[in-house]
Amino acid sequence: MRSEGQHRGLLLRSFALLYVGLLILLPIFAVGVKTFSTSPARVLHELFTPVALASLRLTILTAFAMVAVNVVTGTATAWVLVRYRFPGRKVLDSLVDLPFAIPTVVTGIMLAALYGPRSVVGRVLGRYGIEMVYSRVGIVLALLFVTFPFVVRSVQPVLMAWEKEAEEAAQTLGASPFQVFAKVILPALRPSILTGAALSFSRALGEFGSIVVLAGNIPFKTQVAAVYVYGEMESSNLEGALGVSLALLLFSFLILLLLNLLQRWSHRYE
Amino acid sequence: MSKGESPRGWGAVLTLGVLLWVFFLILFPFLGILRETAREGWRAAFLTLGTPEALHAFRLTFSITLWAVVLNTLGGTLLAWVLARQKFRGRLWLESLVDLPFAVSPVVAGFMFILLFGPRGWLGPWFESHGIKVVYAFPGMVLATLFVTLPFVAKEILPVLREVGTDQEEAALTLGASPVQVFFRITLPSIRWGLLYGVVLTIARSLGEFGAVLVVSGSIINSTETATVYIHDRFTDFQYAGAFAASLVLAAVSFLVLFIMQSLLKRRSQEER
Repeated sequence: MRSEGQHRGLLLRSFALLYVGLLILLPIFAVGVKTFSTSPARVLHELFTPVALASLRLTILTAFAMVAVNVVTGTATAWVLVRYRFPGRKVLDSLVDLPFAIPTVVTGIMLAALYGPRSVVGRVLGRYGIEMVYSRVGIVLALLFVTFPFVVRSVQPVLMAWEKEAEEAAQTLGASPFQVFAKVILPALRPSILTGAALSFSRALGEFGSIVVLAGNIPFKTQVAAVYVYGEMESSNLEGALGVSLALLLFSFLILLLLNLLQRWSHRYE
Repeated sequence: MSKGESPRGWGAVLTLGVLLWVFFLILFPFLGILRETAREGWRAAFLTLGTPEALHAFRLTFSITLWAVVLNTLGGTLLAWVLARQKFRGRLWLESLVDLPFAVSPVVAGFMFILLFGPRGWLGPWFESHGIKVVYAFPGMVLATLFVTLPFVAKEILPVLREVGTDQEEAALTLGASPVQVFFRITLPSIRWGLLYGVVLTIARSLGEFGAVLVVSGSIINSTETATVYIHDRFTDFQYAGAFAASLVLAAVSFLVLFIMQSLLKRRSQEER
């Protein structure tokens, strides 16, 4: 009886491994195989062309710009949602998840429609020299939209579980509200803020749908890494697409590693 | 757990700031697309939805979603069960691997399947010589969608399975229930809200997946053009009425999905109380 159960367990485990193996491991393996079967030197050479490097640099720069804004607005949103009761709070809470539900290409179309040169908003902004479409500002805006939920949703549960005693003690001892936040609350929120930041950064590195529609594909100016990979594929330059893909995959692995470390760190605060 | 109060002083300023930010960042674009669609003419926009290309695109998205949901629900449940209930070497590796699709760019995900099954890919020539077309065809698009949505069901169920533990399952087994009975009578009811939530997330992502599907589709009109690819192709062809109309349909579906997600979460927290 026992051995029958063990056999069944082994069979189920094999199916699970097969499922992950075929869908995740095999494609990753194919990247390695193709890199070595074409020519690693050629792939590396393609990665270090100025256009490819410029696309990676732009991707990282815009991702950092987005994270800088998102860390502040996301923490503020989580704070407001947990600490205050006001009309529209429930609606605000549901709206936070909207960017995850909206297809990225629809996000791009909406932003292009709103800020494009044909729209009222676009023309008004254009008069002040602000270009949202086909510009780097537009890329950051699209990234802010698609990654908005990450920081909010990772800080919110920590704030909800937060005990107010330390805070009240600091207040009694004469600390100002800003001092209380900076010295007492912020240190405890740090792991969750960083987790949200890492998740949004990772998402931003790979973002494609919203950017390809909004920012166009101008090399050295508005071409991000994912769009570059797509462009190289379209023009049948497999090696060019491979080089930047490898760089992006490397970043993905590193961020996963960082997230694992962050998780361990945040367990200390639970 | 703090109860919260009406915002006063700096709190009111902060609340107003957050509301304005969310309005301009997230809601304003919806108003933008509504206004631009009105400019194209509602009737003209609506009519584009009845064209064979649009109908085909939505039908294709629907069948890809169906495949992805069925396969990833079965696979994800199995995977979560194995990760939660079995001890074996490499289990932690397997668990981290499940997170990978969320970290990989959709374009790179699609590209990996091209490297695997494409005409110049690793296994592509073998499949081609056996008359099986994987990429630039339906199977490749399902595979790409499966890849990007793989974590949802597994990741939603895993914590629930760990939390409920094995006491009830073992009790039922001791009382003579078969493992299949135990799964359907004990395990499944305890994970059902997590499972449903994961399924809803999988549906939402499958309907809206663009990058990965675009790369493996080759966007052939009336053949491999999904709803999102259709929107992209119309927009880059300056056919705004068609792009906006289909975008509005998908946006409406997203609102519906969001509503379902909220009510599922509510039901779940009510039952846990």
